[in-house]
Amino acid sequence: MTAPAMPRNTSAVPLGLPRRLIEFTLDGQQVRVPEGSTILDACRAEGKDIPTLCEGDTLRPKNACRVCVVEVEGARTLAPACSRKAEAGMTVKTDTERARHSRKIVIELLASSVDLSTTPRVEEWIKQYDAKPDRFGPDAARLNEEPRVDNDLYVRDYDKCILCYKCVDACGDQWQNTFAISVVGRGFDARIAVEHDGPLTESACVYCGNCIEVCPTGALSFKSEFDMRAAGTWDESQQTETTTVCAYCGVGCNLTLHVQDNEIVKVTSPHDNPVTHGNLCIKGRFGYQHVQNRD
Amino acid sequence: MKKRDRTPKTYSRLTHPLVRDEKNGPLRRATWDEALAKAAEGFRRNRIEHGPDSFAMLSCARATNEMNYVAQKFTRVVMGTNNVDSCNRTCHAPSVAGLSAVFGSGGGTSSYEEVEHTDFILMWGSNARFAHPIFFQHVLKGIRNGARMYAVDPRRTSTAEWAESWLGLNVGTDIPLAHAVGREIIAAGLHNQSFIDRATTGFEDYKKLVEPWTLSLAEKVTGVPAAAIKDLAHAYASAERAQLCWTLGITEHHNGTDNVRALINLSLLTGHVGRWGAGVQPLRGQNNVQGGGDMGAIPNRLPGFQDILDDGHRAKFESAWDVVIQPRYGMTLTDMFEAMEHGELKAVYCIGENPAQSEADSDQALRRLQALDHLVVQDIFLTKTAELADVVLPATAAWAETDGTTTNSERRVQRVRAALTPPGEAREDIDIICDIAGLLGHDWKWADSQAVWDELRSLSPDHFGMTYDRLEEHHGLQWPCPDTDKLPSSFLHGRLWETDPERRGTPAAFGLVEHDPPVDLTDENFPIRLTTGRRLDSYNTGVQTGSFASPLRRGEYIELCPEDAESLGVQVGEEVRVASRRGTVTAPVWVDPALRPGLAFMTFHFPDEVDTNQLTIEANCPIAGTAEFKASAIRIEKLHTNEPVAAVRS
Repeated sequence: MTAPAMPRNTSAVPLGLPRRLIEFTLDGQQVRVPEGSTILDACRAEGKDIPTLCEGDTLRPKNACRVCVVEVEGARTLAPACSRKAEAGMTVKTDTERARHSRKIVIELLASSVDLSTTPRVEEWIKQYDAKPDRFGPDAARLNEEPRVDNDLYVRDYDKCILCYKCVDACGDQWQNTFAISVVGRGFDARIAVEHDGPLTESACVYCGNCIEVCPTGALSFKSEFDMRAAGTWDESQQTETTTVCAYCGVGCNLTLHVQDNEIVKVTSPHDNPVTHGNLCIKGRFGYQHVQNRD
Repeated sequence: MKKRDRTPKTYSRLTHPLVRDEKNGPLRRATWDEALAKAAEGFRRNRIEHGPDSFAMLSCARATNEMNYVAQKFTRVVMGTNNVDSCNRTCHAPSVAGLSAVFGSGGGTSSYEEVEHTDFILMWGSNARFAHPIFFQHVLKGIRNGARMYAVDPRRTSTAEWAESWLGLNVGTDIPLAHAVGREIIAAGLHNQSFIDRATTGFEDYKKLVEPWTLSLAEKVTGVPAAAIKDLAHAYASAERAQLCWTLGITEHHNGTDNVRALINLSLLTGHVGRWGAGVQPLRGQNNVQGGGDMGAIPNRLPGFQDILDDGHRAKFESAWDVVIQPRYGMTLTDMFEAMEHGELKAVYCIGENPAQSEADSDQALRRLQALDHLVVQDIFLTKTAELADVVLPATAAWAETDGTTTNSERRVQRVRAALTPPGEAREDIDIICDIAGLLGHDWKWADSQAVWDELRSLSPDHFGMTYDRLEEHHGLQWPCPDTDKLPSSFLHGRLWETDPERRGTPAAFGLVEHDPPVDLTDENFPIRLTTGRRLDSYNTGVQTGSFASPLRRGEYIELCPEDAESLGVQVGEEVRVASRRGTVTAPVWVDPALRPGLAFMTFHFPDEVDTNQLTIEANCPIAGTAEFKASAIRIEKLHTNEPVAAVRS
């Protein structure tokens, strides 16, 4: 058999169809974004600051938290900006009374039932939307359980979990494909757990830490961070972040080393890196201690 | 099962230089001045007494490109020899040798992203799920995007668990399997005749070579059912685009380069190379084992992978460096160890390598290192190799304490940046080498790593377009990158598809390689085939990974299949004696259903607990010098009976 003739220029990389620009109205302004962009993409391109929690730049939208909702003219309900695609001719308002009220309620419900003390920017949003999480009183339903410290690498503190499912997606078919963690229970009893809700050490977990990478609230954290917070020594203002290349194996994963007082306290990876897309393995994420065995 | 009581050895950073006053005396603390003077003196003395070729450099495959450039320059300019090599020799030297023999270039031909968009992925002798987990995420993306993945491996690894078909061949029968696949592709008329005619040589000889390897003969030799071989042949050949990836299961054999050639043959046969999404890809084991070779820290190439035997290349470097370069290849790491045995090699400068524990047949490696007149070890730890040294120089950890670049398996050069202040008196590798060069009469000054890189760029056309600024801007760049304004192609050898013979260049040659079974044969005394590999959470000799508390780590075991464990009468956790023709170790038993009867598995991550390399054989690939870590013959003895148990079938 002879193979089909190759096109003349075989070095060309298939780029797919060119993406058209579509135009729509965003808060009274005409904006143009590439076809397929979400409303959130358009907002960010315009410099609009929409709060997000369950949205992840390396994950498909989950629409779980509803904190990014905006008003689309003609639609009965508010639309999550993180997943709703921009359409030509649509009119979107991000800062209407209805959208602001909805965000306020979401923040109040989450902040009253979950410990958001390590969630970046949440204090700012509470002020911005005039949210009053205390109005449900001290008896607002909380999980009220101790952080789970069952290994030396990372800690699960489900009092801080907002059930955004990002860790489940990162552990599952979107990246790691280990499927160690999942949602168990239904309705009010829903929670994130490993099989049989046992300790991590008896689960399928491979300690890649890709769930920590996407966790928006600090419910999943490095044990080093957890211990330093407990000791009152965790100080992000004193930390530097330096991106380098992992020294284990030849894949060339980019590591961002978070360093405080000349000690690596946390390792992440740039989400836009073509090698990792923010993911690492156990060695890259946790295997740094040998360089700081200095005594 | 109860956790084993283990006290793993952890290494503390070296914080000051050490010297040894007399052979067999103790190492003692020294000042930098004293240590550098002693290091330089030994190199000078041996060069005067025994000539430049009595010196060898072991350069570090985990350090930066810049450090490797300076280390090979030290070897060639200061010492005047081409004896520079690294642990690339113990892993992927056969890949480099095989690829450069066929394509003229020693790198994998594709990019990770292409794996996500290809139609067929063949993982051959590679447990990437464990050894290269983030590469495997690209494979998983490919599978999710509809690619079919097949795995060839003696073990049913966690990589094979994701495969549509697992071909569990007998260890060391890769060539028969590849030849049978090739024969079937030709017999079914699925070969790409127009590509073969246009871009390759030696097809008719190849066709004759593989003719005897019928499916049924291959089944007898490899243990893989004929139908599975046929299925693989048809799936690979009829895919629109296919990727063929391999790791040490292919290279760590006494005929590793032949294995690589046998795999590359399949890509030539089908035209699965030189196109976007179609290529051959060795997955490298160290962060900069690709870059070390690219920088000329190998005995046969100058920086930029330029052949030492080429007069033009040599002339360019001779004028740039103002030195005469020997017009012949230096010693490989393997040659070096043999030369130590014969007393031809007297002085070794070992940077960041631990050959006392990473070489096959480690007792022999230890003896040979001890026979040296002068051993200088530059490392971040007092490794087993450093313990033998006359001078120990504390260095920085490249990936976290220095600036520079490394090159990954897809030829992507990326920036490495210093995040930590090095401990104590530890100093950067490049500064240390320059100081020793200074003491030997060469006044070298580079302002920083970028200055070294720019010198390399001026000498290596493949790297010329990669300025530090561009590397930062583009998340690294892949070689060849000759232009400072154009982005490089993500794949190599598109030229093979050109219709104009001029632009097509040298055709790719089919490798006419014959099956040659493992050197260490199994017999009634050593009935079990031992193969080696990596685990997910550990790395090589464990010097680095020993320090973090991995919940997955359980130490070293001899892993057996359930059938063998039962016929040997051994339990999980029971200590047994494992003997090969070279040495004996004691290890507890683990039972792994991914193994097959007659096949055992160990790692070399815990050499201070169980020195697996006492068992392995130093049977080396004659072309690339890589030892046959993947195939030893062993027997297993119950400890308390002290007698060999009934032999299992081999």
